[in-house]
Amino acid sequence: MTSYEIAIWVFMLAAFLGFELIRRVSPLLHTPLMSLTNAISAIAVVGAILITGEKEATMLTRTLGFIAVVASVTNVVSGYLITDRMLKMFKKRGPAHK
Amino acid sequence: MIENIFPALYILAAASFILAIKWMNSPVTARRGVIIGEIGMLLAVVGTLLRHEVVNYEWILIAFFVGSAIGVPIAYYMPMTAVPQRTAISHACGALASALIGTAEYYRRMPHGFVMGALILETLLGFLTCTASVMAFGKLQEILPTRPMTFRGQNFVNLGVFGFAVAIGVVLVFRPEQSYLYPIFMTLSLVFGVLLIVPIGGADMPTVIALLNSYAGLSAAAMGFALDNKLLIVAGALDGSSGFILSVIMCRAMNRSFTNVLFGAFGTIQSSVKQTTARPIRSASAEEAAEILDAARTVTVIPGYGMAVAQAQHKLREMYDVLTRRGVDVKFAIHPVAGRMPGHMNVLLAEADVPYDHLFEMDDINPEFPRTDVALVIGANDVVNPAARTDKTSPIAGMPILNACDARTVMVIKRSMSPGFAGIDNDLYYMEKTLMLFGDAKAFVSSIVKELNATVGAAH
Repeated sequence: MTSYEIAIWVFMLAAFLGFELIRRVSPLLHTPLMSLTNAISAIAVVGAILITGEKEATMLTRTLGFIAVVASVTNVVSGYLITDRMLKMFKKRGPAHK
Repeated sequence: MIENIFPALYILAAASFILAIKWMNSPVTARRGVIIGEIGMLLAVVGTLLRHEVVNYEWILIAFFVGSAIGVPIAYYMPMTAVPQRTAISHACGALASALIGTAEYYRRMPHGFVMGALILETLLGFLTCTASVMAFGKLQEILPTRPMTFRGQNFVNLGVFGFAVAIGVVLVFRPEQSYLYPIFMTLSLVFGVLLIVPIGGADMPTVIALLNSYAGLSAAAMGFALDNKLLIVAGALDGSSGFILSVIMCRAMNRSFTNVLFGAFGTIQSSVKQTTARPIRSASAEEAAEILDAARTVTVIPGYGMAVAQAQHKLREMYDVLTRRGVDVKFAIHPVAGRMPGHMNVLLAEADVPYDHLFEMDDINPEFPRTDVALVIGANDVVNPAARTDKTSPIAGMPILNACDARTVMVIKRSMSPGFAGIDNDLYYMEKTLMLFGDAKAFVSSIVKELNATVGAAH
């Protein structure tokens, strides 16, 4: 198998896995789910690091890479933190003094 | 030796992301999901930083610092009512990142064949999602008008721009060295993103945000193909399928198709149709409303976007507390498209400390309405309009609704009699058992709470 074929296989399986997993998420958590998947897809930071940090980077590619790292890190940091902030609010029963 | 560790780190990271999403299926395990997701991200980033291709660290570190400096305040100081806006902005950032990486890759390698195809797909989706999300942000923040904007031949223009962008993209796949074409391709994709959102109205935002989420994910997956990086493919596919499923759920909850949401410009044509004769309505004061609520055994609250606008969720919680203490069974009925993004109402009510086991989905609560004493509608309109069930000619015909009209008494807190987003009159307001409570949602709920507390004082 060529590496492209493998890549397409991986995509297909991951997409089906995604469908199955996300169908099971309660509508209660759809907003945090969206911010979590958003943080996860900020894994694009990997590609951005490779472009920014490589030896032969030109001014153009380094600038583009730099902006991409900033944008993805913003998503990673704010995505995970705000998901956690939201999830902390979901409580089964009201505060104890009630 | 050390080179063998990196693929292992990526595999572990992919497994962590899958677990993270798996654990989101219940509020009990969800926070664990966030932690494992963070670990996965850390592994992936460390694994990448250690790769031998990466030699230049200054720019990366500065970018990490800048990104965190932007991200942390967003996460901690963004009010929960602004969550849809933040989501739109994060889609824009994610899409921008993958579009720029694709652009840099193009100028760096001028790849051919499969890789160039993936790269074109990545940048097309990236650029269009970026401007579309910025537009969505503008509409959610109400910098731009939230009503759909339409003009003659709009769909023709939009499809034309898109078709042109795709055509140039295809040429570039076969002739990557024609680099003068790339900026044109880029511009067309950016312009199409703007055009895509121009005809979208506020009530369609849940679908559109979910769809943009999907595009951003698919763009990241396409980047994975271009860079031959399986971790990116997995993460992008997860995000892409998540956004896709959510937008399908949203479409179903409105009984509409994708094409109708994207090209239908809902809520423009209908606005002038009805509202001819002034029909009689009954209105009530906060005092009367409080009495009725106090006498009820079961109360179901139906929140909508109006609750979010008025920031009434905290007052609503106070009302919930007072009523619960007096033995009234209070439930919340959440329509899937209530608010501006999937799950919007749940987050706001959770923020106000309403326990989540009192929040009910449409299918679970609908059979209970005939046994409900009071249905209290706050800032919701089309999602409780019985015309969806009864009137075949209505623009919202067939849309699943919350059957508030089956409750024994209906109370509707509303600013005025102006029609809702779809621009159609709501028969619910004219029913004999319906009481209209005119005023700002927050102020009105707060005076109901005052009245309820006053009667407690009088009793003692």
